[in-house]
Amino acid sequence: MRRLIFLLPIAIVAVLVALFWIGLDPKRDKSALPSALVGKPAPAVDLAGLSDGAPRLTLAQFKGQLVAINFFASWCLPCRAEHPLLKQITAEFGVPVIGIAWKDKPEDSRAFLAELGDPYVATGTDQNGRTGIDFGITGVPETFLIGADGTVVYRFAGPLSPDGLREQLAPAIAEAKQ
Amino acid sequence: MIPELGHYALVLALVMALAQATLPMVGAARGIRPWMQLAKPAALAQFAFVVFAFLALMLAFASSDFSVAIVTQHSHSEQPLIYKLSGTWGNHEGSLLLWVLILTIFGALVALFGENLPPRLKARTLSIQAMISVGFLLFMLLTSNPFARLNPAPVEGEELNPLLQDPGLAMHPPMLYLGYVGFSIVFSFAVAALIDGKVDAAWARWVRPWCLLSWTTLTGGIVLGSWWAYNELGWGGWWFWDPVENASFMPWLIGTALLHSALVVEKRDALKSWTILLSILTFGFSLLGTFLVRSGIITSVHAFADDPTRGVFILALLAIAIGVPLSLYALRAPVLRGGGLFAPLSREGALVMNNLLLAVMTATVLLGTLYPLLLELTTGRTISVGGPFYMATFGVLALPLLLLMAVGPFMGWKRGDVRGALQRLIAAGICALGAAIVAVWIKSDGPLLAPLGLLVGVWLLVGTLVEFMERIRLFEGNPARIWNRARHSPRAAYGMTLAHLGLAVAVIGMTGAAAWKSENIKVLQPGQALTLQGYEFKLESVQGIRGENYLADQAHFVVSRDGDVISNLYPERRQYLVQPMPTTEAAIRSMPFADLYAVIGEPDGKGGWIVRIYHEPLVAWIWFGALIMVAGGLTSLSDRRYRVGAPVRAGAAQAAKA
Repeated sequence: MRRLIFLLPIAIVAVLVALFWIGLDPKRDKSALPSALVGKPAPAVDLAGLSDGAPRLTLAQFKGQLVAINFFASWCLPCRAEHPLLKQITAEFGVPVIGIAWKDKPEDSRAFLAELGDPYVATGTDQNGRTGIDFGITGVPETFLIGADGTVVYRFAGPLSPDGLREQLAPAIAEAKQ
Repeated sequence: MIPELGHYALVLALVMALAQATLPMVGAARGIRPWMQLAKPAALAQFAFVVFAFLALMLAFASSDFSVAIVTQHSHSEQPLIYKLSGTWGNHEGSLLLWVLILTIFGALVALFGENLPPRLKARTLSIQAMISVGFLLFMLLTSNPFARLNPAPVEGEELNPLLQDPGLAMHPPMLYLGYVGFSIVFSFAVAALIDGKVDAAWARWVRPWCLLSWTTLTGGIVLGSWWAYNELGWGGWWFWDPVENASFMPWLIGTALLHSALVVEKRDALKSWTILLSILTFGFSLLGTFLVRSGIITSVHAFADDPTRGVFILALLAIAIGVPLSLYALRAPVLRGGGLFAPLSREGALVMNNLLLAVMTATVLLGTLYPLLLELTTGRTISVGGPFYMATFGVLALPLLLLMAVGPFMGWKRGDVRGALQRLIAAGICALGAAIVAVWIKSDGPLLAPLGLLVGVWLLVGTLVEFMERIRLFEGNPARIWNRARHSPRAAYGMTLAHLGLAVAVIGMTGAAAWKSENIKVLQPGQALTLQGYEFKLESVQGIRGENYLADQAHFVVSRDGDVISNLYPERRQYLVQPMPTTEAAIRSMPFADLYAVIGEPDGKGGWIVRIYHEPLVAWIWFGALIMVAGGLTSLSDRRYRVGAPVRAGAAQAAKA
């Protein structure tokens, strides 16, 4: 019995190693988590605009064109890292990006955009995280592509990197445009 | 040519490490003295080769040799020299080389200064240290060659990430690595002791300086990182519970437990197998951190590019390096008999509580770090764990730990007098309650955190001071005798006092910064002003300036209170020329009781600028407290008792500062 206690550490380490082993599976692409939503109509969005006096944000106003939705928050460090790339989505591929500030105080989100620049055509605030739940996001940042017909085309979980943009998002955009 | 020589030096280092890993181990088992003695020259040679390789890489960075792939990816010819040099470890391959360099530094130090270690223990320790080297050198040579060339060589490089171009961050990785790789030598000592089957007070004494040295540098490294975040990220925060921050924090927590449990082995010949376990786990957490950062298994800003083959390699290293010793532990530890029994109410009893609390705190941080991964792999759902989780678990556990910390030093070994200890802490109790009341008075509707944090902080601060005054009997006899007593009080005891004081100061700082931070944001035209907590920030002007490798808008604020000018602040909004990434350089004015922190945002296009100001009470106390803790570690390290008969001399203490 006493000996079993001394086996405990190695047992815990074995479980952890097994967990990491599964986690390292190259097929588990963290940034392109399959979304149950892909191919289905995007969940309804109806959020207060971020800046004072901005109209409410709905997806209806973007119907008929390919748009990206980016969930972000001022408290999220990776969001800061991906931020410069968001403008590129619009500049290089002509896809407007909608921002949704997730579980974030509006004044903080505003400060965040004020500091780093505002890459969004429109921004809504999802303070209680409801819209995030509807989209099934796992955290911030996450980026979705919504096709012209209003269906979810692609999901990118995690911060965009120059590689991720080039190798994953760009092909998805090209495909969606066809 | 030089990069090839560097690469070749790594191969030679591997050969040396292989010899050092095998021959002394066999020699120790069979009693072949020359084989055991081989460990020393092998460790020194291995160190020399790795230093050569490291310098070769640094030279490639300094001279902007863009034929070397990682120089192209992480440097630029117009980058300031200090960031060219720090670029050496600002990437996966280079930082791995730094990792191995520190591994071999510690091996070489033990080889040089371990003359008085029992030959078998020394041979086995160095042999195990070399096994770790073998693993990491193989990892580097097989998957991450820092000297890989590009042909044709590009004319210009891609520049170090602008966020990393900060003096704090230039020093952060070397300090941090000295700390958490330093625990490798404690690990090697522990595994060698398991093979020996002998753990005694002498063993604890040999291990103590290494443990202290690693703990001290790790403390410094973590704080530098936090300081960088505060200065560079431009939103006034200093700790984010990011997985990678946690990865460096876990070895610190468990290493702190180890530092204390080794004391019990030394003084009371007890807690042996527990101490061995902690020694293995502390380095285990260092390896875990390395794995988390480099495998890309967890998303974090700190992570290096993810590459699953590297991940598998490190995971295998981790499994072997921790799995084999823990198996050995399961076999050998049950026969490590402790010395006498001990009473729960005693110094050792208090240290056991310390260890239990620290171990559970480490477990909560581990859980918070890995839970998202666990949940994702088992249910496919994903969540993120943030500050509130850690406040509710870690914070709650920290309270009793800090309360006990003031009591522990009053307890005697073997049998402590709790009533006496508490009586002597009455003053501390009164001060602590007073501080809590002041906290409520300052802001009655504030979070509960403020009075509680101040309560434990002040309790620990005063309790530690009282203990020190009693130790040197500050109010007995004439000044000359008091001075004499103070002078002859052991340095290790001073170290403890300083380290505990430092933590108390830091806790007070963290409480103030977390509970009373306030901010204001507004669009200002030059000439307009913004007020916060009675301070008026007047935006005088914004002008474009040019730095070595960036352009910036620099604002000029005049800060005044009641009409008296207090400070001029010059925050910048930088645009680096190569990587189109805006970064903020906050301007900070540190005062004893608060920091004033100003950030300038985007122009609004109508002549105005978005301006954000923070009032951060007590934040400077965090850095100051940490500095005192580091000073405490160094003071304890300089204790003569541990130099005599211990494998550390002034050289190691110097290395800690370097």
